[in-house]
Amino acid sequence: MYDVIIIGAGVSGAASARELSKYKLKICVVEKEEDVCCGTSKANSAIAHAGFDAESGSLMAKLNVEGNQMMEQLSKELDFPFKQNGSLVVCLHEEEMPNLQKLYERGIENGVKDLRIINRKELVELEPNISDEAVAALYAPTGGIVCPFGMNIAFAENAARNGVEFKFDTEVTGFEKKEDTWIVKTSQGNFETKYVVNAAGVYADHFHNMVSEKKLHITPRRGDYCLLDRSTEGFVTHTIFQLPGKYGKGVLVTPTVHGNTLVGPTAIDVEDKEGTNTTQAGIDELISKAGSTVKGLPIRQVITSFAGLRAHEDGHEFYIGEVEGAKGFIDCAGIESPGLTSAPAIGKMVAEIVSRLAGAKENPDFVGTRKGILDPKTLSNEERAALIKENPAYGNIICRCEMITEGEIIDAINRPLGAKSLDGVKRRTRAGMGRCQAGFCSPRTIEILARERGVDPAEITKSGGNSKIIVGINKDRI
Amino acid sequence: METRELICIGCPMGCPLKVEIENGEVASVTGNTCKRGDDYARKEVTNPTRIVTSSVIVEGGSLAAVSVKTKQDIPKGKIFDIMKALKGVKVQAPVHIGDVIVSNVADTGVDIIATKNVL
Amino acid sequence: MLRQVYDIVIVGGGPAGLAAAVSAKRNGIESILVLERDKELGGILNQCIHNGFGLHTFKEELTGPEYAGRFIEQLEEEKIAYKLNTMVMDISGDKVVTAMNREDGMFEIQAKAVILAMGCRERSRGALNIPGYRPAGIYSAGTAQRLVNMEGYMPGREVVILGSGDIGLIMARRMTLEGAKVKVVAELLPYSGGLKRNIVQCLDDFGIPLKLSHTVVDIDGKERVEGITIAQVDENRRPIPGTEEHYTCDTLLLSCGLIPENEISSSLGVEMSPVTSGPLVNECLETNIEGVFACGNVLHVHDLVDFVSEEAGAAGKHAAEYVKNGARHPSSDAKDIPITATQGARYTVPKTINPDRMDEKHIVRFRVGDVYKNCYVSVYLNDKRVIHRKRPVMAPGEMEEVVLKKEELSAFPDLSQITVKIEEA
Repeated sequence: MYDVIIIGAGVSGAASARELSKYKLKICVVEKEEDVCCGTSKANSAIAHAGFDAESGSLMAKLNVEGNQMMEQLSKELDFPFKQNGSLVVCLHEEEMPNLQKLYERGIENGVKDLRIINRKELVELEPNISDEAVAALYAPTGGIVCPFGMNIAFAENAARNGVEFKFDTEVTGFEKKEDTWIVKTSQGNFETKYVVNAAGVYADHFHNMVSEKKLHITPRRGDYCLLDRSTEGFVTHTIFQLPGKYGKGVLVTPTVHGNTLVGPTAIDVEDKEGTNTTQAGIDELISKAGSTVKGLPIRQVITSFAGLRAHEDGHEFYIGEVEGAKGFIDCAGIESPGLTSAPAIGKMVAEIVSRLAGAKENPDFVGTRKGILDPKTLSNEERAALIKENPAYGNIICRCEMITEGEIIDAINRPLGAKSLDGVKRRTRAGMGRCQAGFCSPRTIEILARERGVDPAEITKSGGNSKIIVGINKDRI
Repeated sequence: METRELICIGCPMGCPLKVEIENGEVASVTGNTCKRGDDYARKEVTNPTRIVTSSVIVEGGSLAAVSVKTKQDIPKGKIFDIMKALKGVKVQAPVHIGDVIVSNVADTGVDIIATKNVL
Repeated sequence: MLRQVYDIVIVGGGPAGLAAAVSAKRNGIESILVLERDKELGGILNQCIHNGFGLHTFKEELTGPEYAGRFIEQLEEEKIAYKLNTMVMDISGDKVVTAMNREDGMFEIQAKAVILAMGCRERSRGALNIPGYRPAGIYSAGTAQRLVNMEGYMPGREVVILGSGDIGLIMARRMTLEGAKVKVVAELLPYSGGLKRNIVQCLDDFGIPLKLSHTVVDIDGKERVEGITIAQVDENRRPIPGTEEHYTCDTLLLSCGLIPENEISSSLGVEMSPVTSGPLVNECLETNIEGVFACGNVLHVHDLVDFVSEEAGAAGKHAAEYVKNGARHPSSDAKDIPITATQGARYTVPKTINPDRMDEKHIVRFRVGDVYKNCYVSVYLNDKRVIHRKRPVMAPGEMEEVVLKKEELSAFPDLSQITVKIEEA
């Protein structure tokens, strides 16, 4: 019997688990994929929004600003990459200046700090590659960029460290309401719990609707992205949005915390909740729009394109709270942009609700800090030499594009909630995330995964399930 | 009279060759621009041969597999017989370039030899 | 941190690095170190187990490992030092090479000359912007080649290949021989970038269709590839709606071009050609940074390894001379004559040539941007045409060459510009 079962190991579920682990509660996170951070959390703009976008007075606005304010401190405690690089909403047409002003006012009302409108001259000083059309911009110094995998994994690892159990490859199929408890039915058997937290991303409506007559409806809204090589680092330093208006919404151009340039997203409503396929039309749209706010975007430096699904609820609002008529069932639904930014605040809110309902006591053993995978690139050459002497695996480069060592990969595999697949290693270490897109390192990473996990290389997958990389041995079918 | 159409592999031109065969003998080659095309066509229709390369598992060495080839050309029609003969073949390290891995492979009279040192 | 001193450090122990090292040694340099990131010397040749290498160099047809083996033997004979499993992290402007491996940890080498021989990498699916899902089962042809040829693993059973470069064609045959079914090879361009011999012996021999002017427009399958859709493209290489064909398969191999690996060169400040993605070099194969040379696929992607060995041999020789002279050749850089590639010629290596410094004859290599039949390769010194050589056929997949003569260049009054172009009959 659990106190809390959280459905979904995305950033909302993991943040909630981590916050709840501050209490004396028996908590389990169930996830249908083989790892944390496999859905919406892994494919998004990787932005810590300042908070001027959401409608004033909405929960979205509140949690966005709160989450943004928590991010820096949290990134230090949990050791994940975050940088407050500032964001710019660029106005390209003089006649749209009133809209920029409105956005500014909304931001002020939402509590965004240090917000101001800057003229073209200052804008060009901040971003020399800004479009010649740009007339002014809303400048939000509190805007930031974050590694979504890093944050999600950090929450989960810290939760695990504080006693939260994680069950992967465990898909929830239904619920049964007992008197004071819930039976959560899954592909791996039934589990009883006092409280259920529904942090199922694009599937949150599906689970909510199983227990409530007041239906939610979530549309998977696909966003296509192009990621450019790290050689483009410095092309832009701020996150650049286009002011939405009669000329369309545009796409953002932003640096990532690792020095790539990210362009995206599109917004295409799809039916399939697993429909993360990019399309030619989507990529074409991206490329044509990307040039409107900046000039000379080096789009030929693209190293990969991908798509993520935002969990867009019809009401475009976060739904966080106990579901009416389903006692002990707590929704954490409709978490679309700015969901990543809000995650720290979402986790806190969920934990407050559940702990209050449960009358839970504080966990005196809670450890609030976590150390990420050591990145030898952050060390001096002398420190690095000493590290290799102590552990030679840190002297063996596996991913030559991102310069990731065997030591980092071994750490990623063997730490709590460690990587089991190539994508798991990639999200934790960036091995395979570079310009050759794992062409060189995947055979070697497979070898390390197989060795560390004590399995045959043929069992190593790209991302769990049937995503096999090796399907047999030579001549086995002749 | 039988006619075979080939693409010459002598150079990037890739001349389309037409070979007329009478009673198993090449009667004429047309479409070629040089002598190489003629030579190629005659050989290719009467006695097409290939070098077959593959790799086989090596045990006790620094690498998992060793690359191998047929020491000489073999008849084109024998390619898959040779692959079948290589199925399941394992050798012990050390292996040196030129070592015979399978002799008289698939009764072709040709040996399979190693093309790499695995120590 | 440990700092060693060598006359010449060679980054990369593939065909280019090996030939450069041997040549430098034979030109009188004793202190040479080759740094190789893989666990053995030979580079990509180790996975190219097919035959067809070495006709120019050794007058016989060798497999890739055999060709590499010959040079490794020479390296051993010459007692040239090398380190395996060693990654070069950085090269500074004053030629301090920072490298790393398990045994030595981080270490530095002060070199008098550096030869860049890092090779190239394959263009990935991402760089091609192929739409669709991102499941397992999508490999660059080279990755599949490594798995099959060096590790004995089958990466798939039913295969579609995009790109008809030589690696793609070779892999079509290798996968077929090992028991896979290769359903089709699609090529975006209206011609194949591969050798005719490979089209015949890797595809036609096994009845594998080659579809020119076709590309992949969709990838199906959420976990493992389940199918690939290809479509015909128009003259602007855009898919033509209505021409889609679906293939059920579990594997997509990509053989869509090679990119020189110049990240270290760039951070060292080496000037790059936007056409080749390799360094701009003079006729000594020296970059804009004095004492830093480049050769092989890191300089420009070659079609034949024989030319890599030849070019690397020249780089080794020039690096040796640089070390022996203790400086650049005394002839003035002002006499470096730029070579312009135009009208069908895409680039030239070298980019400049110095008539005072050059050998009696110098081979200038280049590639064309399209298929040309019965055209002329022309070379102009200023406005005067000095070479006008008929070529029955030229294709982007094959390197072309012209030979410049010292005598002619030196005698030409006020020579300021050499131009290589393709001219119609």
